[in-house]
This record gives sequence, C-alpha cells and structure tokens, in this order.
Amino acid sequence: MSDRIMGPLEECLRAQRDRGRKLIVPYITGGLDDEWTEVISALAVAGADAIEIGIPFSDPVMDGPVIQEASVRALERGTTPQSVIAELSRTQVGVPLVVMTYVNLVAHAGFHRMAKTLRDANVAGVILPDLPLDEAGEWMSEAAAAGIDAVQLVAPTTPDERLARICEASRGFVYAVGLLGVTGERTELANSSLVIAQRCKDETTTPVLVGVGVSNPEQAVAICSVADGVVIGSALVRRLLDGQGAEGAAGFIGEIRAALDSRW
Amino acid sequence: MGEPSAAGRFGDFGGRFVPESLVPACQELEDAFRAAWVDPAFRAELDDLLHYYAGRPTPVTICRQLSKELGITLMLKREDLTHTGSHKINNVLGQALLAKRMGKRRFIAETGAGQHGVASATAAALLGLDCVVYMGEVDVHRQELNVFRMKLLGAEVISVTSGARTLKDAINDALRDWVASVETTYYCIGSVVGPHPYPFMVRQFQRVVGDEAREQCRELLGGSVPDFVVACVGGGSNAAGTFAGFADTDARLVGVEPEGGAANGRGIAGVVHGMRSNFLQDEAGQIEEAHSISAGLDYPGVGPEHAYLSAIGRATYESVGDAEVLDAFRRLSSTEGILPALEPAHALAWIFRACDSGEIPSGSTVLMTLSGRGDKDVAEIMEILG
Ligand SMILES: Cc1ncc(COP(=O)(O)O)c(C=O)c1O
Repeated sequence: MSDRIMGPLEECLRAQRDRGRKLIVPYITGGLDDEWTEVISALAVAGADAIEIGIPFSDPVMDGPVIQEASVRALERGTTPQSVIAELSRTQVGVPLVVMTYVNLVAHAGFHRMAKTLRDANVAGVILPDLPLDEAGEWMSEAAAAGIDAVQLVAPTTPDERLARICEASRGFVYAVGLLGVTGERTELANSSLVIAQRCKDETTTPVLVGVGVSNPEQAVAICSVADGVVIGSALVRRLLDGQGAEGAAGFIGEIRAALDSRW
Repeated sequence: MGEPSAAGRFGDFGGRFVPESLVPACQELEDAFRAAWVDPAFRAELDDLLHYYAGRPTPVTICRQLSKELGITLMLKREDLTHTGSHKINNVLGQALLAKRMGKRRFIAETGAGQHGVASATAAALLGLDCVVYMGEVDVHRQELNVFRMKLLGAEVISVTSGARTLKDAINDALRDWVASVETTYYCIGSVVGPHPYPFMVRQFQRVVGDEAREQCRELLGGSVPDFVVACVGGGSNAAGTFAGFADTDARLVGVEPEGGAANGRGIAGVVHGMRSNFLQDEAGQIEEAHSISAGLDYPGVGPEHAYLSAIGRATYESVGDAEVLDAFRRLSSTEGILPALEPAHALAWIFRACDSGEIPSGSTVLMTLSGRGDKDVAEIMEILG
C-alpha cells in the first residue's frame, strides 16, 4: 500500500474522512439547464465533499428514469462532452469535481486524450459504470498518468475475491452500489447497502461510498453507520427536474449534511 | 469462425463492458454454456427440439424463375419455414434450455421486429418459463400482430418509451431489468450482440443454419460450395450462423445492412450494449438512431464478430435502400411464390443489384439465407404500397 499513488480526489476524501467527517458526494447531470454550474457552487457551500457531474450519454444503461430524463433534457439542449468539460474548467468551487459518464464517450475521444482534457479542466476523478475492472486496464493507466483518480464500482453480486481486487484497484473512493438495480429513488433502504459497505470496509482503507438508491437523510445516516459516505443522485436530480434550482438542491444536501454532522 | 479469446474478443472487438452487477452473471452464463455445449444430453435435447418442434432441417430451395432471369443459380436457405417463422427460434430454444438448466425461471428478451420476442414467448410457453419482452414503442405499433401473438403465448410485452423507442432502447431496458433481477432472471439476447459470451453463444446456436446449408449445397452443387453466401445483418445472427458453415471455404461471404443502419459500412468503433464493435455515432460519440423499413434491422450497431470479419476482410458488408428492398420483396413473391420478411429482402436486393452490375458474374452459384417469412410485414407493406 505504501507505493500506492493517489490523486487529488482520494487525498481530499481521505483527509475529510480521517478527521471524522462523513462524506457526501451529490450527483447532477451536466448541461441540464442554464444554471447547472451555479448548482455546483451551491452544493459545495451546502457541505458536499466532492461533486459528481454526469456527462449525458444517449444510452445510459446504469440509469433509471430520473437520470435518463435529465440526460435527454441535457442532450436536447445541445450538451456535449466538450461543452460540459469547458464549463467545468471555469467552475472552481473548492471541492473536487468528479465526472461520471459511459465508456463510449471516453473511448470515442481516446483514453489518452480524454484523461488529459479532464485533467486540464481540473477534474479530479472519473466514474465509468460500464467499464468493469477486467476491461479497465488501459483507462486506469491513462487516468493515473494524467493524475486522475479512476473510481471502480463493486456490486452486491461481486464475489469476495473479486471485491478485494476492485477495492485494491479503485482510486479516489470505492463506489459501492447499494442494491441490485439502476439509479433511482427507493423508499426503503436496501439491506444490501449495509452489507456491501461492510464488505468493502473490511477490505480497504480507501474511502467507501455507497450510491444508488440513497434518497434521504435517514437513509444516509443508516448507511454511514458502516460506510464513509454516500453518493446522492436521483433524489437530487428529481428536485432539479422539478425546477427547485440551486436553492432547492442546496437545501436538500444541507439537510443530509446536518443529519450526518449531528451524529458524527 | 473460431473461439473468441479468453476475454471474449474477436480481434479488437467484443469483450464484456457491463455494469459490475452483471459481470458475475456473464461469467456464470459462459461457464454454463460451455458445459452444456459439450454435454451430449443437452445437445440431444436441443437437437430433438430443433427437429420435432421447430421443423429442422429447413430445406434449401433453388429459385426456378429467378435463377433463369438472373443467369445464376440462386439458392435460398429456408428459415422462413421454421416454427414461428424465422431463424430466431434456433437461438431461443438453445437459450431457453440453458435457462432451465441454470435454474432461472424468469426469461426476458428484447425484440425489434417481434420475431425474437415471439420465439422467446414460444420457447417460454413450451418450457414453463415466465417471459417478459421489451419492445420499443415504435415497433409495438409497426408490428402489432407480433405483439398480439406474444400475448397469446402468455408473455408480458413492455412498451419501451425511452430514446428512439426501437430495438436499441429495448436492449437498454432489458439490460436495466437484468441489472436488478440478475439473481433470478435469464436474459435471452436475440442476436450476436451484447457482452461475452452472447455473441459467441448465439452464433453457436445459429450455426445449425450454415452447417445444414453446407451439406445441402454440397448435394445440390455436386460436391462444391457456392461462390457467394449472402445474408442480411441487423445484429448479425442469421448471417453469423450462415457464415459459420462456410468461413473455411472459398465462398465469398456478404452481409447486407440497411442504408440507414449500416454499422459496418458507416459506423466506427465504440462500446455500447456490453461490446466493443462498430456503431453509428455522432461526432461526440452519442449513438445515433438507425432507420430502415424493417424493424429487425433498425439497429445502429453490429455484432463484434462481424466487425472483426469486416476488419480482416473475410466478409464484406454492403448496404441497400428501402426502395430496392420493396422491389426485391415483390419480385420474390411474384416469381417464386415466397413472401420474404423485409429483413432478408435486403440480402436479395443486393443480389439483384450485384447481378446487374456484374459483381456477381453470370453462372455463379449463390446461397442466400431467407431468415424469415413476410407475414409479419404484410400489413406495413400494404400501407406503403397503398
Ligand atoms: C426475419 C429476420 N431476419 C433478420 C433479422 C435480423 O437479426 P439478425 O441480424 O440477428 O439475424 C430479424 C430480426 O428481427 C428477423 O426477424
């Protein structure tokens, strides 16, 4: 572990975690509307530890109806990977920015070129949910060379031996998918969220964040009894689709921040 | 056509680009398929179903009139004569038996033209599986009759309203279902697409088409192989199955894509639906919609083995337009008394064009896979022709 190179995302998240803070990483769809970069600033002020920005893709197979709709809206406004990245490079909010997208958009530009472009835009990490460990070798080395943390995902179906390898390979944080399913709000917290978080925590000192299906402060608190933090996606994006804007987004993430901070 | 690499690659193409939740399931499927494929009991049961239930072997018919008109020997491999009316049944019977063997009772599928959906619903009814079929809303309207057939067979048909609402989007929603249901559900992909092992497995289940045709051509041609072997390409399963029987011969292999969905012709390499292959995409890498008169070929990608065969030059890929396809449909119907599905009418349209241009020299022997019958398309064609 001593020779493990970590990038800016992991350094920052480890530091926050190590001082006893639970981590919140909200997700928004890049290019959703005219004020999406203002939402990023508001989320940082509201207590986000990093912010995940989705670059919309035509075929988002890991996403449920809410993020699908956000992707369609963004694409219909003419949003492209270039336009999102250009705006991100002008958006400095004091917390690391993480891009989440699908591998085709990265492969299309070329792994080497995209890694460099993202680094130049001050993006600290990248999540590609359709690029599992076995296919990720080339991307991970290009990302590492550019100084970007390539986040890997584990799922409830991941066997132990594989989970250990993914935890070892992941940079930035380990993204633990909390349930079997695509992104979307759930009324009940899946028990699998706690199980997967514990399995990862037993394996690695890299921060472990649970995402997919985390929808409200109570669920975030429950998960953080085991995990280092949460990724909040659909619950936030739905508020943006409903027109609640930067203020509504910040209010929601602020509630989760307060709930976590009151416990830890 | 051999095995893919251990990572499921045909050259640079293929692989397993799926969300982590599905990686173990793809591995489990690969193991189960490999074990079944070498298990004589499994093969015997499959052969039995293909023979007594699906009606195999299907004949090869020499076109009497068209051969004369074109100055060639035109032979049709008659997948239209199978139970449910297309080659899709070959693959589905194999996968449904595999699902049973793996203990998965829920059987999901995507469909474009509805032929794979109908075949899936049929096999599920026969083997006692619960069937759910995802179908783009546009195709639900284009292929009303097949939707009704699936329902009669006891399947649930889910109309997909995301994206372009055709086959690509039906695959997306089937994948999303599978991500959530993988522990109890078998995903029966209808073509040589998707993550490893699907492209390989579906080709193996379809190679019965090519293996039979090789034997039948040998008989009809006094021991030789055809000069040309032609098939239409949506995802590419009937073509892959056909080519598999002739790849080790001198036959020229030709896949025919629709002009508006020519992934091998106009597409570029990308990663979608679990595989690295050729796809129609815009300058940013967003996947474009395919457009063709036939729902079964409305797919912006192509199976990875076809991308590979194209790259190494073993097969060539041509494209034809809707108008030529309609002409071919009418010409086969009126000269030979065979109503083809619009998909294989693409292959025939290219043969007509190539005979005209001399690309197929007169005196050639040409085998074409007639992948399905035209009944499903008659209503649509009636509307178009007025
Ligand atoms: C009759 C027929 N032929 C061909 C196809 C295209 O599929 P593939 O390219 O996998 O053979 C379809 C698909 O629905 C079909 O119904």
